[in-house]
Order: sequence, then C-alpha cells, then structure tokens
Amino acid sequence: MKNSLDDSKPIFLQIKEQLEDSIINETIKAEERVPSTNEFAAYYKINPATAAKGINELVAEGILFKRRGVGMFVTEDAQQILIEKRKKSFYENYMLPLKSEAEKLRISAMELIEMVEREDTSNED
Amino acid sequence: MKIEVKNLSKKYKEKAALNNVSFTLDEPKIYGLLGRNGAGKTTFMDILSGQILPSGGEILIDGENPFDNQRLTESICLIKEGNNFKKDLKIKNVLKIYSYFYPNWDQELAEDLIQEYNLSLNAKVKTLSKGMESALGITVGLASKAPITIFDEPYIGLDAPSRKRFYEIMLEEYQTEKRTIIFSTHLIDEVSLLFEEVLILREGSLVLQEEAETLRDNAISVSGSIEKVEGFLAGKEVIERKQLAGVMTAYVYGTASDAKVHGLEVEGIPIQELMIYLTERKKGA
Repeated sequence: MKNSLDDSKPIFLQIKEQLEDSIINETIKAEERVPSTNEFAAYYKINPATAAKGINELVAEGILFKRRGVGMFVTEDAQQILIEKRKKSFYENYMLPLKSEAEKLRISAMELIEMVEREDTSNED
Repeated sequence: MKIEVKNLSKKYKEKAALNNVSFTLDEPKIYGLLGRNGAGKTTFMDILSGQILPSGGEILIDGENPFDNQRLTESICLIKEGNNFKKDLKIKNVLKIYSYFYPNWDQELAEDLIQEYNLSLNAKVKTLSKGMESALGITVGLASKAPITIFDEPYIGLDAPSRKRFYEIMLEEYQTEKRTIIFSTHLIDEVSLLFEEVLILREGSLVLQEEAETLRDNAISVSGSIEKVEGFLAGKEVIERKQLAGVMTAYVYGTASDAKVHGLEVEGIPIQELMIYLTERKKGA
C-alpha cells in the first residue's frame, strides 16, 4: 500500500487502483480477504464513506465479493477481468503519451520500435 | 440531525458577517467549513449552537430553532479555539459539568484522552498552556458524543503529533457511531481527506457546497497553448486563468478526460488550493 494519497484526485479511485494493482500482481490472490472500509479509513485517515465507494465499485465490477459478517474477498476471475480492463486502456494511457512525446522529440516510428525491442539491461548487473 | 440554514444574515453594527446564506446539511457526515478570516464561519457556528441570534433568516435543526432550546443544545457541542472553559475550574470538574450536560457523554473516552494528552485531572484550566487547553477542548468535544459536534479551529498551540492523534481518534469515533461533525480550520491540507462534504464561505456568502470527492474529480487545472486552453474553457465556469511564456494555465470545473481530448495537460486541484482561488477572487471579478 502506498504511504499517502493525493488530495487532487478522487480518493476512491486511488483506493480502487491500489486494490486492482495488488490483485493484478498477486499481492492479494483470489479468495483472499481485502482490507475493510474501516481499515482503509484508519490507515490513510480518510473519510470511511470515501473508502467504501472504491470498494463498492469493485464489488459491482465483479472483482470483490462480500461474505456476510466476515468481509470482502477477491473473486476467482478478478485478476483476469482486471488485466483485460487495463489492456483496453493501455493504448490511451501509455501509448498515446509516448507517441506524443516521441513526436515532440522528432523520434521516428522506426526508432521507437527499435527502443521497444531493445533488450532491457537495466536489471542485469 | 438535519440542519437547514435559511436566508441567514448577521450584522454587527454596519458590517454584515453573514449575508443571506442558505444551505442544508442532510445527514451525519464530516463537513469541512472553510473560508478566510472574517468569512463568517465563527458567526455561523455561534448561531448554529444557539449562542447568538441571527439578524435575519433562521437555522432549523430537525425543524426547531436552536436558540434558548435546552433539548437541542444538549445535542450540540461547540469547541472554539480558546476560552471554552472557566479558568478557575479543575479539569475533573470541567469533565463533570459536561457529563451532566451531554446525555451521550463517554467518560471512559474522556479519561483515555486526558491520559493520551498528558493532562492532569487536578490541574486548573488557568494553569494550562495553549496546547493543553486545546487538548482539553478536543477531549470534551469528542467525549460529548453530541449528534452535532462543531470544532472551530480547535487546536491552537497543539503540536503536529497531537493533532494527528486527534484526527485518528475523531475518525475512530465517527466510524463507531456516525454523527454530524462540522470542522473549521485553516490547516486544510491536514484534514481535507477526512471531509465528506466541503462548504466554503467568502465575505459572508456561501460560494461552494460540494462533496469532497466531486471536487477532487471536477476541479482541475489545465495547461497548454492559449488557443487550446481558451477552446476548452468556452462555456465552462473558470476559476482563474494565468499565462506565462505562451502557455496558459486555467483552473476550471470540468473533467480530466475531456481536457485530455483537447490535448491539454491536466492536474487536479487540492481542496486547499481551491479554497485559496475561490476566496482570493477580487471584488467585482
């Protein structure tokens, strides 16, 4: 979990995105419990209604489900649903800004493709 | 409890502290009441808690006027920035008096907080430092468990860790039992995440009442070429425009996705900043 939230963006979206990331990278797996509204509120010192909104949206999208009296849990299909969803917005969120910056710097399409294919050596020390 | 503010005005001699203010607080929520010095916040809270009468209009709490209304005043606890308590009383006597007055008084919480803030039950109010007096105010406000609890800049002299503890305990209490908490402060960035709804007063008038999350979503700053920015701003409520080196930045109510379609850089505006822009607007602008 991040240490603090950004007051200039809707808090429920930030809560939602964090849970989504945790599910996608399997920090929280299918059938596992996620923190409750109150736990989020206490951790980040945010209004509980705000935390609840983020969690409720994930329930509506089939990512979380409620076990009465126990808490919120990750659904079986959650990871798959989220990956599909994120893929759809990948072009808009990552490719478009990349292309517009490349254009600004006069980087050609060929050069871009070369960069994508270049082997990443930054992790190999 | 439902709070209805109808055409509320208050004049002190020639100066209008509140000028025909109307709004409704429907549910128990944590409300942030913001504005610059002299905006009318304290006057509003004094009228709400039944301490003074308005010059015009009225406040109704569940349909009743709070002035001189015993049944209502025991549902309202107002903690101001100072002089909340008689100087000659010992802390334990202060707690006793409030415990008689507030039917939901939580003595255990009061004693926990007294300990948390290192206060001594036998100390007299007049011997307390500013910070300690604030800590006592916070203790009483939280322990009152009044359905309407109002904090008007309650922590003068209180250090940062003590304020943080206050926010935590307030949140715990709110989670255990929802109540209307009206919070007025200048330290907005410290508490804005706690607010569910925000009200901003300027020179005696209400300039904004909105869900905090809606503000975070809709109040944006956009930057780009003057042409593009002006194109985006057309027909929108613009809070401020500024310009440097051919780049225009504007603060506006709009959506980030819409601004991106216009090819603009978008950032959210924190609530503290929004308050500054909304209340700095020059007269006649």
